Amino acid sequence: MDKVRQVSVFSENKPGRIQKITGIFGEEGINILAISITSTNGFGIIKLLVDKCDLAYEKLKEHGFTVKLSEVLAIEMKDSPGGLHEVSQILSDKGINIENAYVYVVESRARAYLLVEVKDIEKAREILAGSNLNFFRHEDF
Amino acid sequence: MSRTDPLIEGAFWQRQNEVIERTFLEAEQLHHLKETLDSVYSNVPFYKSRFEKAGLIPGDIRSLGDLRRLPFTTSDDLRAAYPFGMLAVSKEDVVRLHTSSGTTGKPKAIFFSRQDIENSSDLIARCLVMTGTGRGDILQNMMTYGMFTGALVMHYGAEKVGALVIPAGPGNSDRQISFMQDFGVTAFHITPSYALYISSLMQERGIDPGKDLSLKRAYLGAEPYTEETRRKIEYIFGIDVYNCYGLTEMNGPGVAFECMHKNGMHLWEDHFLMEIINPDTGEVLEDGEKGELVLTSLRREAMPLIRYRTRDITRIMPDNCECGRTHRRISRILGRSDDMFIARGVNIFPQQIEQVLMGIKGVAQNYQIVLESFDDITVRAEISKDLFDGNIEHLLDLQTEIADKIRAEIIVKPKVELLEPGALPVSEGKAKRVIDNRTM
Repeated sequence: MDKVRQVSVFSENKPGRIQKITGIFGEEGINILAISITSTNGFGIIKLLVDKCDLAYEKLKEHGFTVKLSEVLAIEMKDSPGGLHEVSQILSDKGINIENAYVYVVESRARAYLLVEVKDIEKAREILAGSNLNFFRHEDF
Repeated sequence: MSRTDPLIEGAFWQRQNEVIERTFLEAEQLHHLKETLDSVYSNVPFYKSRFEKAGLIPGDIRSLGDLRRLPFTTSDDLRAAYPFGMLAVSKEDVVRLHTSSGTTGKPKAIFFSRQDIENSSDLIARCLVMTGTGRGDILQNMMTYGMFTGALVMHYGAEKVGALVIPAGPGNSDRQISFMQDFGVTAFHITPSYALYISSLMQERGIDPGKDLSLKRAYLGAEPYTEETRRKIEYIFGIDVYNCYGLTEMNGPGVAFECMHKNGMHLWEDHFLMEIINPDTGEVLEDGEKGELVLTSLRREAMPLIRYRTRDITRIMPDNCECGRTHRRISRILGRSDDMFIARGVNIFPQQIEQVLMGIKGVAQNYQIVLESFDDITVRAEISKDLFDGNIEHLLDLQTEIADKIRAEIIVKPKVELLEPGALPVSEGKAKRVIDNRTM
């Protein structure tokens, strides 16, 4: 099971913050594969799956952003009706609770990844080791 | 005594003055009080008319206890007297002008004679020597040079004890850090908010302020700050932090200073008479009670001030200090009666909120209090870069924790805004903590 890392960015909820991030990525040639934004009570967290996550982390930090690198499960699913259901069924059967999730579509109508944050990733990995799930493959980046 | 031990017990600049017996001290105080009253009565029309209104002449003041019969002087009086109205000597005998700015209106003009400069340097010298700074030390003075007394008076005092002074002033923070590294700076004089800012900048640059520098002690003043903040700065830099207190109207810094025991600041009573009053009624309070500090200068020549209301809230600590100095101590400044604000009918000092914030993990050093109405307080706090883990629930918990802990301290539950580190303006002088947008 390959490890996939996401970049989380803390941001006040105000105009221009995303634009600043995308501007930095544009300059550095960093490609955003998937993005999730959660906001509440005047602030938010932007989660990004990018092709060069170490570079993204360093560059955002250099520009004064508050950032964190963390691991997510990247579970392969079919990009077709029922695809998410299959995956979520397995997670639910195994008793794995999703803290946060978003999707990276690799091939439209064919293949996507469900990016899942869980409380204890090591444990989740162990539990899922024998399941029918496919995980992230390097060539997809 | 080892040079690395900053607790130089028995180190005095003017030993006789510093350990003088109280009875002698009081006799000396009375003598200088009478001289001061004579001077202002004859030379300052403002005081002459004030005394006349109170039905007093200087001769009526026969004991230190009679002091309370005299009227107060306020900062408004100084503004009204701008520019030369408070001068007690001829202009030719003045060698320096400082101003103390208010947020509104004219500044206060404060004059120094040559002897006033000499005295203010001696008071600073006492302060430095009792905390271990002297010949061989390198002191980086990071207060604002200019109209503000903070930097210049310290500068003169530090040179007087033989330290090498770097007149860096505030700002240009990368250069400040290089100076500390390149010259092996051992002591620095700084505002607490700037000290915290510099420390986080050092950490960003990969410098461990506690290990990579030769710093031994810092003198912190110009803004009120809490014991938590002192501890935090001591911990980060691996140094001793000493509290100092002063105001331009009374020579600048060096009015009161902590000795090595770091438990209250000795106020130099051979130069200043102190009283603590109830800020609302003007009533003089007993030693130990909290109230506004009122100072009467005993040796200022150019511009003596009688019962000057400092607006600073503190209390007198009457017990003897182990260091042997007989000058009574005042507690750290608990707030300024000016800074105090009222929300939902509760009197609140920004320091109360600061104290709570400094005790919460996940909060960085900078904060602001915004007042939009008389019922609500908004506390804007920067989150700590290092503790961000990408989990939004933890941030929501942090928000709740801040609000609850502040409510426990001040009764009013604030709205809490979490900000990105660096979002608030960085102060290189006095930090502006309270933004009051309320209109009457």
